[in-house]
Amino acid sequence: MRIVVGEGSCGLAAGAGRVHEALTKLGADVGITGCIGMCYLEPVVDLYDGERGTGNGEPGTLAARLVRVQEKDAERVFNAAKSGDLAGVEDLKISPADEEFLAKQTRIALRHCGIIDPESIDDYRAADGYKAIAKILGVGGGQGMTPEQVIEEIKISGLAGRGGAGFPTWFKWNAARNAKGDEKYLICNADEGDPGAFMDRAVIESDPHSLIEGMLIAAYAIGASQAFVYVRAEYPLAIVRLEKAIKDATAANLLGDNILGTGFSCRLRIKAGAGAFVCGEETALIESLEGSRGMPRLKPPFPAEKGYTDKPSNINNVETFANVAWIILNGGAAFSAMGTETSKGTKVFALTGKIRRGGLVEVPMGLTLRDVIFGIGGGVRDGRKFKAVQMGGPSGGCIPESLLDTLIDYKALGATGAIMGSGGMVVMDDSTCMVNMARFFLDFTAKESCGKCVPCRIGTKRLHETLVRITEGNGREGDVELLEELCKGIKDGALCGLGQTAPNPVLTTIRYFRDEYDAHIREKRCPAHECAALKTFSIDAAKCKGCTACAKKCPAGAISGSLKNPHAIDAAKCVKCGACAATCRFGAVVVG
Amino acid sequence: MCKDCAKSDLALLEPVFKEFEGDNHALVTILQRAQEIYGYLPTDVIYRIAERQGVSPAKVLGVATFYSQFRLKPVGKNLILLCKGTACHVNGADTIAKALQDELGIEDGGTTADGLFSLKEVACLGCCSLSPVMMINETAYGSLTPQKARDIVRKIAAEGAAS
Repeated sequence: MRIVVGEGSCGLAAGAGRVHEALTKLGADVGITGCIGMCYLEPVVDLYDGERGTGNGEPGTLAARLVRVQEKDAERVFNAAKSGDLAGVEDLKISPADEEFLAKQTRIALRHCGIIDPESIDDYRAADGYKAIAKILGVGGGQGMTPEQVIEEIKISGLAGRGGAGFPTWFKWNAARNAKGDEKYLICNADEGDPGAFMDRAVIESDPHSLIEGMLIAAYAIGASQAFVYVRAEYPLAIVRLEKAIKDATAANLLGDNILGTGFSCRLRIKAGAGAFVCGEETALIESLEGSRGMPRLKPPFPAEKGYTDKPSNINNVETFANVAWIILNGGAAFSAMGTETSKGTKVFALTGKIRRGGLVEVPMGLTLRDVIFGIGGGVRDGRKFKAVQMGGPSGGCIPESLLDTLIDYKALGATGAIMGSGGMVVMDDSTCMVNMARFFLDFTAKESCGKCVPCRIGTKRLHETLVRITEGNGREGDVELLEELCKGIKDGALCGLGQTAPNPVLTTIRYFRDEYDAHIREKRCPAHECAALKTFSIDAAKCKGCTACAKKCPAGAISGSLKNPHAIDAAKCVKCGACAATCRFGAVVVG
Repeated sequence: MCKDCAKSDLALLEPVFKEFEGDNHALVTILQRAQEIYGYLPTDVIYRIAERQGVSPAKVLGVATFYSQFRLKPVGKNLILLCKGTACHVNGADTIAKALQDELGIEDGGTTADGLFSLKEVACLGCCSLSPVMMINETAYGSLTPQKARDIVRKIAAEGAAS
């Protein structure tokens, strides 16, 4: 059997590299693949029967998927693969419940992730790779497609920008195609800055050639011969794999001059970002590409007219490009057959937070949030109660349980006050304070505001200060109204998307969790027991066994009591660190 | 230029200037290369880059301070990147931050007096399923508790002292 280790960033962080090394030391010929999306089960090791490259890029037929494999398991994995007898690794096999995590998905953008070797162009080609660009260019039979026909096919598919805004992809391509100028640029936005979303990183790490092929098709459609991928510097592995893919594609004459002898040329370069959330905004990204501070420009003119070095430019995100080759091969109608009236195809979500099964999930539009969070993700972990799901990161909002049957659809999600966004889905349970959540996001946007326009620069700072005050127990009557007024001013006045959407986390938490704001302000109480300044600690004398463990741990010497007698906490001395509650084995420390 | 500025070996920058000769959009990339060489961006390096790119030192410093990746001070031997992404926040990143600050006696962005550790909070490391996470010298440590974070730092410090 062939051994294939899942080596995306998550897998490696969980120890896949050490497992790989241990297997190699034992003499195994170990293959690699990207991220299958089951982050909660990493490291994942697949055992395949049969020969490599059997037509779909798979290294054979999957015989067993082993999960949470550690270095110490290497020897029995090696022996099982060698003998073909899986009895010794039975306990590592994925459970039927966990298999459903994959079975319930529809994978298009992630179609090769966790299956093919991301560092092998041959694997990608075996999986119908580079057939879409060949079809368009009329290489290997067929008449080819004109740029207009390509744009029409994308129009039929209904593909919309997956980076967050959901703007129709064909429209942007068409505008760039029709813009005057013989030098045009294609740019891929891989500056995935939304904390809590990592699908773009997974696509580049696991299937870099599908990004390249999608970009080639777009470049052909708009008439660009120069292309950039702007990648976050925090994604070193993605950059390494993309560099290799570009090198291999260039060697195979799929990039560069006179591609496949057709006269079509496209050069692709990587530019590493340097860490600025605002660079996800397309005009800020262009400024950054030009080597300047990434501050957004006033629109119009839009990048389609004046973009990189003032030349017509088109910018799409990674996930958008990852769908393109599939659409060309399978037809736009096959893509638009999935989804709702206003949202077509599939969408990838990064399911994280207090979720039982966290990872990357690709589903057709039109499922409900409940289908994804409970049906696929298994609901909230540790037996706690679901409170909200945060969607769209710092530009999005928190959706409460009563709206869990909302459809995954740009319009329906927008109506809740949140947004589809790039696909971050952070699940929260009853231990998460919603006021503190709003404070967290405003801390982020206030730091990331580029400072160009006053409403965003100063407005986010004032929002943050007010939220800090409330979480520290110094909230005042009228603070909620003050927040709302500030939010409106920022929404109306900010220059770019970052500022215009920055109030969303505040507005949605006020809309759905007003009672928590009121509890903080009026009763100086945090219902989720999260805000440290509002916590109280006391000892339930009936449960306390007098073991002295808490008194020993207390850094402030606030706990008194003798052995085998109930202890007590001196509230005046308590620094509210929570060490006592974490130490007590009898549940005697009451956190209020 | 100020008299107190570091005296860096500026010859190391020459291959970088050569590679990007004539490219007036490469400032961010040049700064990234410079930081790889020196570990941070010393003042004399910033002046030299400005001079060779034909822009003012203020423009270079403006770019260097805009992006979170750039550092204007040297970092410690071990750089701790503590993730403050949404998933990590929900899973208690604040308590990890407090524990690390307490253990090392430094604030976010600081370096210990012995030069062994620097602590930097970052937006998202993209390992959300392992949250809360920190990364020390490109190795990720996941599912942290305050105590686990302290233990990891202590272990690295002990190893550093032994070697």
